[in-house]
Formats: sequence, C-alpha cells, structure tokens
Amino acid sequence: MKILERNNFHRLFDVLKESGFDIIGPTLQDQAIVYDHLEGVEDLPEGWTDEQAPGKYRVKKRNDKALFGYVVGPTSWKKFLYPPRQKLWSAQKAGSGFEVAAEEGVPQKMAFLGVRSCELAAIAVQDKIFCGGSFVDPHYKKRRENVFLAAVNCAEPKGTCFCVSMNTGPRALGGLDLSLTEMIEGERHYFFLRSGSAEGEKVLSRLPLKDAEGGQQKKEDALLEEARRHMGRAMDTRDIKRLLYDNPDHPQWDKAAERCLSCANCTMACPTCFCSTVEDVSDLTGEHAERWRKWDSCFSLEFSYIHGGNVRQSTKGRYRQWMTHKLASWQDQFGTSGCVGCGRCISWCPAGIDITEEVKAIRADQPARAESP
Amino acid sequence: MSVATKPKLAVYKFASCDGCQLSLLDCEDELLAVAGEVEIANFPEASRAVAPGPYDVSLVEGSITTAHDAERIQQVRKESRVVVTIGACATAGGIQALRNFKDVREFISLVYARPEYIQTLATSTAIADHIPVDFELRGCPINKYQLIELISALLRGRKPNIPKHSVCMECKFRGTVCMTVARGTMCLGPVTQAGCGAICPSFDRGCYGCFGPKETPNTSSLSAWLKDNGDKRPDELVRAFRGFNAWADAFRKESEAHE
Ligand code: SF4
Ligand code: SF4
Ligand code: SF4
Repeated sequence: MKILERNNFHRLFDVLKESGFDIIGPTLQDQAIVYDHLEGVEDLPEGWTDEQAPGKYRVKKRNDKALFGYVVGPTSWKKFLYPPRQKLWSAQKAGSGFEVAAEEGVPQKMAFLGVRSCELAAIAVQDKIFCGGSFVDPHYKKRRENVFLAAVNCAEPKGTCFCVSMNTGPRALGGLDLSLTEMIEGERHYFFLRSGSAEGEKVLSRLPLKDAEGGQQKKEDALLEEARRHMGRAMDTRDIKRLLYDNPDHPQWDKAAERCLSCANCTMACPTCFCSTVEDVSDLTGEHAERWRKWDSCFSLEFSYIHGGNVRQSTKGRYRQWMTHKLASWQDQFGTSGCVGCGRCISWCPAGIDITEEVKAIRADQPARAESP
Repeated sequence: MSVATKPKLAVYKFASCDGCQLSLLDCEDELLAVAGEVEIANFPEASRAVAPGPYDVSLVEGSITTAHDAERIQQVRKESRVVVTIGACATAGGIQALRNFKDVREFISLVYARPEYIQTLATSTAIADHIPVDFELRGCPINKYQLIELISALLRGRKPNIPKHSVCMECKFRGTVCMTVARGTMCLGPVTQAGCGAICPSFDRGCYGCFGPKETPNTSSLSAWLKDNGDKRPDELVRAFRGFNAWADAFRKESEAHE
C-alpha cells in the first residue's frame, strides 16, 4: 500500500492523460454528481456530498474538502461501455443492391476514475452478459478492452446503499487496475493507493508515492469497517430464488403495481440492466438505411411484444418480471445476482419504490403462509 | 419513382394554431427531399395550388369544435387512404378542450359582443372521436423528426419508430438528471409519452405533458407522490393535468379526481 498526498493528486490525472486515456469520473452537474469527461482535479466535486432516500437525491456541501465524499449518482459506467444509443451499421443503395458500412472505429481508451465496489461488481456482471458465453457483443467488448478502472473505497455509504447485503462492498477488491482510499485527518489529506494489475502498477510507478507504515493499514481497515456498519439499507437474500419463484401471486406485487409508474427509470439507472431494442431507419429518399441499438426496458410495453400481442400487459407483471429477474432468474441465467446493491433504482424511482422493502414485504408473511394449508 | 406515381400528400387544418403545420415547413433541409418523394397536393399553408383527391396520406391538424368541421372531417376520411392526426389538438382536443369542463355558452357570452353569431359545439374533441385514424403523432407541437420519420416509414412501407414509452427514458438517454428526484420539481414525464426528446427537463423545467399520456399511464400514483412529497395542492394537480392534453382520457380522469 502506498500513499499519495492530496497536493500530488493531480499527478494521477497527468499520468493517465499521458498514457492516452480519456478520463471519466464524478463531477457536479445539474445538482447531482454525474459521471462525465474530466479535465483535471478541479472537475471533481470537491467538498460535496449527497443524501439519498427512496425517490429523493440531494447534493450538499461537506465541511471538509473530500474529493470522493459521496456515493453513486444517477449515471452508471454502462453509459460509456454500452451507450444508450448506438449505430450498429448503415447501408447505402448501390445499383440494384446496397453496400453496408460497419460503424465505429476503435474507441478511445477510457480511464474510469472513482469506480465504487458495487460498480466493479456491476461491470463484472455486464462483462459476463456481453463477453461471456458463445455470443460476444463486439461493440461492448471493443470499449471494455480499453478501459482502466481506478476504484475508490466507500467510506460513507448513504441512505439507499446495501452493498454489504449483496456482498459487493464497501471495499473494492477485484477486477480493478488501481484502488484508492481517501483519508482526511484534520489538516492532513491523502490517499492510500494499491495497484490491481500490471497496467495499474505502471501508473503507480509514475506517481510521487510514499510507503505506508504499518499502523496506517489499521486506519483504513477501521474506516471501511465503519462503512460496513452504516449501510442505508439491507436485503435478506437467503434463499431468495425460492422466495420469489414461490410467490408469483403474492399481494405485494399488486401493491407495488399500484405505485409503479412503469416509467423505466429504475432499469435505465441500474448498472446491470442490459436490455435493448433495435431500430431500423431509412431516410426520405430510401437511399440510406441505418440500424440503431437503443436501451429498452422490461417496463415498456413494446419490449415484450411478440406476434399477437404483449406478454406482460399489466404493470404488476412487468414489475414482477423486473424484480424476479434481478434477484432470482438472473442467477439461473448468468450464475450471479443481477443486483449489486447500489441503490440507484431506489433513489431514482420517481415513485420511491424500494426493492429492499418489496423483498421484505414478500418475506414477511412466509412462515404464516407455510403454516396455512 | 416517376413523377406520375409519387404518393399524394394533403394537409388539413381544423381548430388549431397552425403550429404543427409549421413544424412541417420548419423541416427546411428535409422539405426538398419530402417534395422530391411526394406530391404535396393540398397544403394551403404552403401553396395555393390544390390538386384534387383522393390522397395517399392526409395529415390532419386540429380538433373538431364546430358542426361544419364534424362534417368536413368525414370528407377527409373519404378521400384519404391513410389519415395521420398530428398534434395535441387532433389527437386529444388540444388546449381548447378546456371548454369541455365548463359551459361553453358562458365563455361565448363573456368574450363576444354578439354571442348569437357564434356557432360552436359544446366540446372540442379529437379527430379519432369522429373518424377512424391510422396513425397519430403526438405533441404540442409535433416533433419534426418524428414527422420525417413517419413520412419516411410510410414511403417505404415500414413500421415508424415512434415509441409510446415515458419521457423519462428520453431523459435517461440524454443524461439529464431527474428533476423530480434531484430537486422535487413537479414533472409529468413518468406518465407522458416520449417524442420531444425530454426538452423541458434539460432546461430545468418539469415536463408539461405535451405529448399526452404514455402507454399504461399511472397518473394516480404520480399524483399521490406529488401530494405527499411535493406538497402539491389538489388545485395544482388539476392544473397540471389540464394542459394541452386535458381531454386525453387518462389526464382528464386524473384532473377530475382532484376537483
Ligand atoms: S437493482 Fe437497484 S440496487 Fe440493484 S444493482 Fe440495479 S439499481 Fe442497483
Ligand atoms: S419501479 Fe419506479 S422507476 Fe421503476 S418503472 Fe416503476 S416507478 Fe418507474
Ligand atoms: S425529469 Fe421528469 S421526465 Fe425526466 S426522468 Fe425525471 S420524472 Fe422523468
């Protein structure tokens, strides 16, 4: 473990830029901390934090100058690995046929700065979906291969975080190039740094670092242990597959459907949701056609339209599909949970529907149900 | 395609402000291409030359507010293969449908010096309440890219890409931070059909619902949330749902629920 002083932090930006990376990370925009392109340290939300609750997110000033003193916001990294709208190819009329032009050269190398542990887990989930198995998505893969992941350990979880329940945090462990822990002790402001890959090692080697002393490891451990104990929410995941598979008619689904707007904000904000639709467009002359891929959602009717109609007409059916997929059938499909406990679907649901409360409500009457014939 | 076989397009106006027709004229760059592909046979806003029907596609703007128009729209249907209604007036009755909630005679007596000269129906209604409609383009006004998309699709006989999902999805596509969540702003986006590209939230305004109710709009849930968390009074909720699409079923019922 190494130490980088706050006043040398800009060197990390320099080194990443010199290595040819487009740096993407947290920045304050429109009263939220979003992920966008960063020029330097000054673009980070220094001295800002967030407060989160179901359907509610507010940014607030901190009383220190922390650079990473908040948790995850409305954006997730999937925006950069799997853009909301992507042209797959285009075609131009040529004689009696047409010529196809593939889209996208090699995208620029990106460095994601400030990735949280739940987000590392989410990227791993999407890696599996897009790059695992026999069907590899070339568009995702091309971007993913060129990404440098600089993670930040979470010291202050917020109201909708539950990574501990999902076993994904708050400490960033695997699948990263570099990890940081921000330390503020009175006037002293510094970062613990670790590398997690050869590429990370290379970056570290170019930074003005000091060795951490023995006692300092303990400070970091204590900080992250404290974070573990301050999760905003919890989800009991014991036997969750059975719980949901056994309860497709639980009255709680009706209650959720009464509130659910089927607006799809949850799926758009979720870092693991990966569904898309493909649109073919032609221009007025009919000389030029394009194929686009766009994010779609199990909450939109057209998404589950098959010949003859939509298979999930009711909002109840759609909400149940979403949550059951996230927490149960995802495990059968990809061997992992589809939920990493980031809390985005809770905070960014305009109706304030809380996946952890829904699970709790379904679980609540289980023993009673088991007893009744 | 030879000139003789170019599809014939007509544009009709009923009770409306002309804004949607202007969206067509506003296509500028694309307008030449449109003119190249279709014969604009009847479009008084653009040209006085009128070619007789029947027409392949008729774009209908405006709502039905007079007995005369109620008859005229029947004629439009008869001479059009495809009828596309454009804009909130044609698809939902428009802002003038606010009269439907009151007694129109009272308005007339207040506004006009000689009320007996005014012949009008008690209500302003959507075109689809009078004739079968093949496709509707929502919005106040319509989005010109949706219009071009629709015409391009009709020309090639393909399905137009006109989604019926929420405005929220457009916010997320463009990366706009949700105003409801991040500021507590009243926004109709979760119950409103996409199509504008989520313009208002990107300019610090909640969605006004110009594109009317989306598929499966849960207006009562949104109202409950606005009441409990946004401190909205019932009269504010009535006003929120009584905009350009006040007479669209879901919005009408929701506003009436708070009266
Ligand atoms: S389901 Fe919700 S909490 Fe779980 S990963 Fe998705 S957005 Fe985060
Ligand atoms: S759960 Fe919330 S965010 Fe998701 S579709 Fe329903 S109302 Fe929208
Ligand atoms: S700002 Fe409005 S339209 Fe956009 S996501 Fe929020 S509620 Fe939906």
